[in-house]
Amino acid sequence: MKIAVLLKMVPDLVEELEVDSTGKALDTEELKFKLNEFDDHALEEALLLGGEEDEVVALALEGEGNEKLLFTALAKGASRAVQLTGVQPGGSGEQATAFAAALAESSFDLILTGVQSVDDREGQLGPLLAARMGLPCVSVVTGVSVTDGGATVNKEYSGGVMAEFEVTLPAVLGIQSAQQPPRYAPVSKVRQMQQTATIESLTVGGAGGGAESEVTAMAPPEVGASAKMLDDAAALLEVLRGEGVA
Amino acid sequence: MGDHRYQEYVEKDDAVIDGIDVSGAWNRMWVPREVTEYDFTFLDRVTDLSGGESMGWCYECAECIGVCPVDNVGSYGPRKLYRKLQIGLDLFDHPDLWLCTTCRNCLRVCPKEVDMMQIMPAVREQAILNGNVPGELQEMLQNVAEYGNPMGESARKRMRWLKKFDEPVRDLSKEPGEVDVLWYVSDYFSYHPRGIDAAKAMVRVFNRLGVDFGVLGRNERCDGDSQRLCGETGLFEELAEHNHALFEQNPHERLVVSDPHAYNAFKNEYPKLTGTEYNVQHYTQFLAEKTEQLAGMFTGEFPRKVTFHDPCYLGRHNGEYEAPRTLIEAVPGIDFVEMFRCKEQGYCCGGGGGGMWLDGLTADHTFERLSENRVREAVDVGAEVLAVCCPYEVSRFEDAVKSTDNDGKLEVLDIIEILDSCLGDD
Ligand code: SF4
Ligand code: SF4
Repeated sequence: MKIAVLLKMVPDLVEELEVDSTGKALDTEELKFKLNEFDDHALEEALLLGGEEDEVVALALEGEGNEKLLFTALAKGASRAVQLTGVQPGGSGEQATAFAAALAESSFDLILTGVQSVDDREGQLGPLLAARMGLPCVSVVTGVSVTDGGATVNKEYSGGVMAEFEVTLPAVLGIQSAQQPPRYAPVSKVRQMQQTATIESLTVGGAGGGAESEVTAMAPPEVGASAKMLDDAAALLEVLRGEGVA
Repeated sequence: MGDHRYQEYVEKDDAVIDGIDVSGAWNRMWVPREVTEYDFTFLDRVTDLSGGESMGWCYECAECIGVCPVDNVGSYGPRKLYRKLQIGLDLFDHPDLWLCTTCRNCLRVCPKEVDMMQIMPAVREQAILNGNVPGELQEMLQNVAEYGNPMGESARKRMRWLKKFDEPVRDLSKEPGEVDVLWYVSDYFSYHPRGIDAAKAMVRVFNRLGVDFGVLGRNERCDGDSQRLCGETGLFEELAEHNHALFEQNPHERLVVSDPHAYNAFKNEYPKLTGTEYNVQHYTQFLAEKTEQLAGMFTGEFPRKVTFHDPCYLGRHNGEYEAPRTLIEAVPGIDFVEMFRCKEQGYCCGGGGGGMWLDGLTADHTFERLSENRVREAVDVGAEVLAVCCPYEVSRFEDAVKSTDNDGKLEVLDIIEILDSCLGDD
């Protein structure tokens, strides 16, 4: 079995986020990036699914910090790591086009990615990629088991409703959580990978992404007027009278 | 003569020798029995590791058990581990691997020099490489790897504690240049609310004394010693390289640290990697040399009954018992009392060797926290204040004061806070 995992760096929320001068994007100057948490789960699920014979390939678009990210994936147990070059980082549509071009070359049985990422919360990469490749897609996945020629997949709906799907492979899955918490990559292993392993590079043309959502404005949330604490029932009554309720 | 001599491989239920009945359990020990013929597979796995060798030197005298702080609140210690390894414990995948706080008390008494400070990191390193890391510890390691501090706080906010604090502090990341004292602030003094209280006290004391000091600011990273003892060797090396480069870039006469763990790292561990000797002092050592100057400057008193907890990494690991006591005794009006377990025999707070981030796991295998045990002792000697000089301890002991129902009876203060309180406003 061959499993692809798509990884992406997102702004790390330990830093204060600031909007840049265009008013449409985050100021990347002061940002620190980290692996999207859901992608970490996708990687973990892939590593749990992949046995001795299987191949787990981690893919990421070229970008700051992505080499370290891919070496970390190798340290955790991925068999290969591929960085896609020649793509302008854009929205989910452009990313889907780039990944589709990269994945078309080789025959994967499963393509896993995080259900969404903290930067746009769109959750569109999986579905758009599946559409581009003509594959089935299940998102919000919390469990995968591979069967003969297919996979049984658990999907979580709102209100805690769970559904079980049978999917034919190859398929694209948007992972919400792996069956175990993502494993730790010992620093010595990461360093060893940095010295001994290579990250393959694959050039994919900027083929455009189709319809994209466009950010028209970005602003920090407005701070609401603070709540007023009332001391006693009389004060409450006064407020209610003022509102014409009592 | 009976014929027992000729049948020594036969176990006898009844043994009568020369008419005397000597039947009893002991007569079955004439020949080796199965239970004394061990399968050494599991022990060998430990002793085969570089650093794990001394586990095999144990001759089961049990000296160590009486002094092991974890055995005091549960069942643990090198001899017990040795015995379990003989009868098939897979230490690489067992909670016993994470209970040792590397307090060094067993090594102090062990006639055979069985060294848990070597054994634990060696076995833990393999466990981590095999993916066996307790969840709470993994979170800490990930934070340190990602942000350079165990709390997972932004590295850029390492100097945020200086906000709304108008004492001068030279941040060498902004104002480079030579200083007499390069003060390594450490994680807890930078980020933990109670650590920040102590860090501010340190600044005030330094400034009153006219110390020419600077800090590394947002570039400073965790010293890595506890991570090393947790078995994360690669992370320790990365941090050591980072901090070493900063020490080289910022010329200074001496390195003064707030944290005994950092002291141990810079004094004993960094040199093995970098080949450099650091002129390092724990802050109590640096200030103890200035006791006379301090004494002449005290304007206030501290008229309270105070006891002192020796940090394992200043005391047993590095033999410094006097500097903190010199400072405490110099405080005007103080009534100093020792606890029974002090100096070489000091009890461990439970935070060393990764224990700081293993409270959940440890709680499952002990009947009370080490810090709780220690707090009870401080209350027993009648202390109103438990003085400490390790940044791990204030939060640990304050929690323990609450959980042992001693809230209001015992206050936990860093020595630097006590000194600062007697120095007045300028
Ligand atoms: S003191 Fe040393 S030799 Fe004695 S039981 Fe403990 S580890 Fe073994
Ligand atoms: S180092 Fe301390 S905690 Fe560890 S076994 Fe020895 S006495 Fe016990």
